[in-house]
Amino acid sequence: MNQGIDLQQTFITSLMDLGLPAGAAKAIWMPLPMLMMIIGATVGVLVTVWLERKISAAAQQRIGPEYIGPLGVLAPVADGLKLIFKEDTVPAKADPLLFMLGPVIVVIPVFLSYLIVPFGQNLVVTDVGMGVFLWIALSSVVPIGLLMAGYASNNKYSLLGGLRAAAQSISYEIPLALSVLAIVMMSNSLSTIDIVNQQSGYGVLGWNIWRQPVGFFIFWVAALAECERIPFDLPEAEEELVAGYQTEYSGMKFALFYLGSYVNLVLSALLVSVLYLGGWELPIPISLVASWLGVSETTPWLEILVRP
Amino acid sequence: MFVLTGYEYLLGFLLVCSLVPALALTASKLLRPSRRGPERRTTYESGMEPIGGAWIQFNIRYYMFALVFVIFDVETVFLYPWAVAFNQLGLLAFIEALIFVAILVVGLVYAWRKGALEWS
Repeated sequence: MNQGIDLQQTFITSLMDLGLPAGAAKAIWMPLPMLMMIIGATVGVLVTVWLERKISAAAQQRIGPEYIGPLGVLAPVADGLKLIFKEDTVPAKADPLLFMLGPVIVVIPVFLSYLIVPFGQNLVVTDVGMGVFLWIALSSVVPIGLLMAGYASNNKYSLLGGLRAAAQSISYEIPLALSVLAIVMMSNSLSTIDIVNQQSGYGVLGWNIWRQPVGFFIFWVAALAECERIPFDLPEAEEELVAGYQTEYSGMKFALFYLGSYVNLVLSALLVSVLYLGGWELPIPISLVASWLGVSETTPWLEILVRP
Repeated sequence: MFVLTGYEYLLGFLLVCSLVPALALTASKLLRPSRRGPERRTTYESGMEPIGGAWIQFNIRYYMFALVFVIFDVETVFLYPWAVAFNQLGLLAFIEALIFVAILVVGLVYAWRKGALEWS
């Protein structure tokens, strides 16, 4: 098995060469992948927001964001800055503590799920044994935050939106869990790394999507419903519920909901590729590409790259 | 040390993730203006004076949905350990899992006939 890049081992060994004890070196390493993951997720959100705006604008024959940065790429950044400086209004009749806890409880589990997303054999925050099961458990926490936000607002639209959001998330969670169950039965492991390794070896042909086409479709639809995207945006149906559970929210608390929903979207996309589309593996087997290019594992310039 | 290796990262990541909303809310609190006024803090109801609050008793059907969800979520949780060891356990365990699912399907049919899944 190709070990790939092991940043953790390289980092810890180089620190220990400088004379640090092993425990201290590990303690210095620990927050780095986590911060990388959070920054990566946030940048992914900015890209997704921009793409969504540009593509939906193109579909409706509009231009979309144009002036902020080249092609309007900085529009989501400007949005975020605007939301930081916005006044935070809490309705007089609301429960202030639950009103604040709602978005916080939505955001934390969504970010925490990035723990199990692998970007390489060793490029993952940690390979916990529970793997995808941890993600399913964490995604069950999100409806509590939505319900809390809807109820704490003391607004009829928010309450109905919160109830709808919770009902929709819990309804689609079971098909989601069952389609993941089928993948787990095939790879005999909950670890995302094992699931990707089970698909590797045959390039595109080894992907789980060919063996689980129905499961892929169910997972895709259920993930869309979990993210409350079109056509499953009933909890935020503008024409009937104003903005659903986030009607009363403004400023940073609204931004947290916004961030949470888009981070969830990026996470679902990553997990679709991990579970069904071969994860980090190339669509074409890497040994085939290497033989075409005439590169083997013993090529001298490659050894410089791989072994630091 | 930790008995379950890898889970110290889970705890650390939980702390780092909790910092995200904490820092965001603190930064916003330092930067944003705050003008308090009674009109500003009224409940939004399409510009009308709100009639009554929203903390009322709501429909029992939401509760029924939640109960049915809990049953089936627990079912999937029970199926996971079997799925992980699917290749080693063989046919007998497969039949047992089918019986387990069949019992739950009977429960679902019962709930359906009783009207727990109908909205009106």
